[in-house]
Amino acid sequence: MSSEITKLNPPPPKPPGPLYSAVESLGSILVNVIEDIGGLSQLFVQVAKLTVRPPYRIMNLFLQLDFVGVGSIFIVALNGVFSGMVFAQQSARAFEMFNAESLVGPTVALTITRELAPVFTALMVTMRAGSAMCTELGTMRVTEQIDALETMAVNPIQYLLVPRVLAGLIMVPLLTLVFDLTGLLGGYFVSVVVKGLSAGSFITRTQQWLDPEDIAEGLIKGAVFGLFVALVACFKGYYAHGGAKGVGQATTQAMVLSALGIFMLDYFVGVILH
Amino acid sequence: MATTPEPASDDRPIIEIIDLHKSFGSAEVLSGINLTVPPGSTLVILGGSGSGKTVLMKHMIGLLKPNSGQVIVDGEDIVPFGADELERVRQKFGMVFQAAALFDSMTVYENVSFPLREHSKHVKEDQIREIVRQKLGIVGLKNVEEKYPSDLSGGMRKRVGLARAIILDPKIVLYDEPTTGLDPITTDYVDEMILDAKKQLGVTSVVISHDIASAFKVADNIAFLYQGLIVDQGAPEKLRHSQHPQVKVFLQTWFGKN
Repeated sequence: MSSEITKLNPPPPKPPGPLYSAVESLGSILVNVIEDIGGLSQLFVQVAKLTVRPPYRIMNLFLQLDFVGVGSIFIVALNGVFSGMVFAQQSARAFEMFNAESLVGPTVALTITRELAPVFTALMVTMRAGSAMCTELGTMRVTEQIDALETMAVNPIQYLLVPRVLAGLIMVPLLTLVFDLTGLLGGYFVSVVVKGLSAGSFITRTQQWLDPEDIAEGLIKGAVFGLFVALVACFKGYYAHGGAKGVGQATTQAMVLSALGIFMLDYFVGVILH
Repeated sequence: MATTPEPASDDRPIIEIIDLHKSFGSAEVLSGINLTVPPGSTLVILGGSGSGKTVLMKHMIGLLKPNSGQVIVDGEDIVPFGADELERVRQKFGMVFQAAALFDSMTVYENVSFPLREHSKHVKEDQIREIVRQKLGIVGLKNVEEKYPSDLSGGMRKRVGLARAIILDPKIVLYDEPTTGLDPITTDYVDEMILDAKKQLGVTSVVISHDIASAFKVADNIAFLYQGLIVDQGAPEKLRHSQHPQVKVFLQTWFGKN
């Protein structure tokens, strides 16, 4: 009798152990990462194909260039000035210990052009333009505006995503140049005006050490980061689902993935370029 | 292999769905749909929430690919079609979405003229303005061209959605839950709008709805969808006397038990 009851009402399954849960969540993270990489690669190929295929959405491209580029100049410049100032301040303190203050200029210049400018610019663009892109596309998805485009025989990837990705690719390197310039100005101001170092020494030493290749390295990194952050924002927004909550989650994921990706790509692009 | 369009014939259905199956993961949403829509008629697909109505409609315009089955639009099976061929087929359709799906960054004028600008590149601006004014007139709207969708009521948004859907004079207009969330007067107005569009433009209409009153007002034929299957279909009067238990229960909510 009791065995019959057990057959009819089997005992509930045991809760998984902590090791099982840890492996399961690690596996789930890995699957998500692989899915994201696969999705991003597919979208990149689609965007690349549709970029060279008419109709060319020139007006949409200019609107996005304006939004991503012109709209970000002020915050990138401000960030550049203060990054240059902070870096010069810290470098001057360190070099003072070795009576090597003349190296402040080249140190600031090399660090900004090679690393700080592309990374900080891409982060600024991610926060300002990437989040807006992701939210806008996500909202268009959940309110069926993207479906509406499709039913009107308009390719939504070509209409919406291509101009945004191109804008990231074009404008982030240009904004990196803005960061270079304002960062050097900030570094010059702290070194020469605040710390009283020689202006001639700052400029001559910087000219001696800073090569066009250093600026080019920063610009190449800027282009790679710009392409990446725009692609991530478009990918997460375009495939958002689940109403307002889903759009919020997509934007959070886009920001986290973009920020992590910038630092990882920074290493790999650096290695490839050298 | 894509089928080549057959020569047009008056008695050939403009939409024919044959043994359509669709699953999302392990959940089967459509379980073998067979349906025909004669040209110039209005078909209402009636059914409760979650019965698969929207999924069925999205197959008609190629927004979803089925697991198996055929969707024949104007003589062509669109299931194997790629993006380019689907874009061509979609120009035969206009679609009115449940929440209108107007582009909220554009004015009413820009929304309604959007398909025209995309697909009729050589039309001049004054001609576009005239066509937009005419289509807005058909749906009973005046002096709203410069307003944004956020400035309009739900019923007005749906009417702008219909004006946008008919701007290219499509053969078929799909309506996704056109009366959901509207008050009775606006619902009546939307019903009239569907009937007027058919009368004035001669379009074939497919309406998905769970609004029984609207369905019986606008339909030439009604198909009842239940758990992924068309369980009964026919003229409204025939469906009114359906003996299928689910159809009876559904219609009793409006017509009463007697």
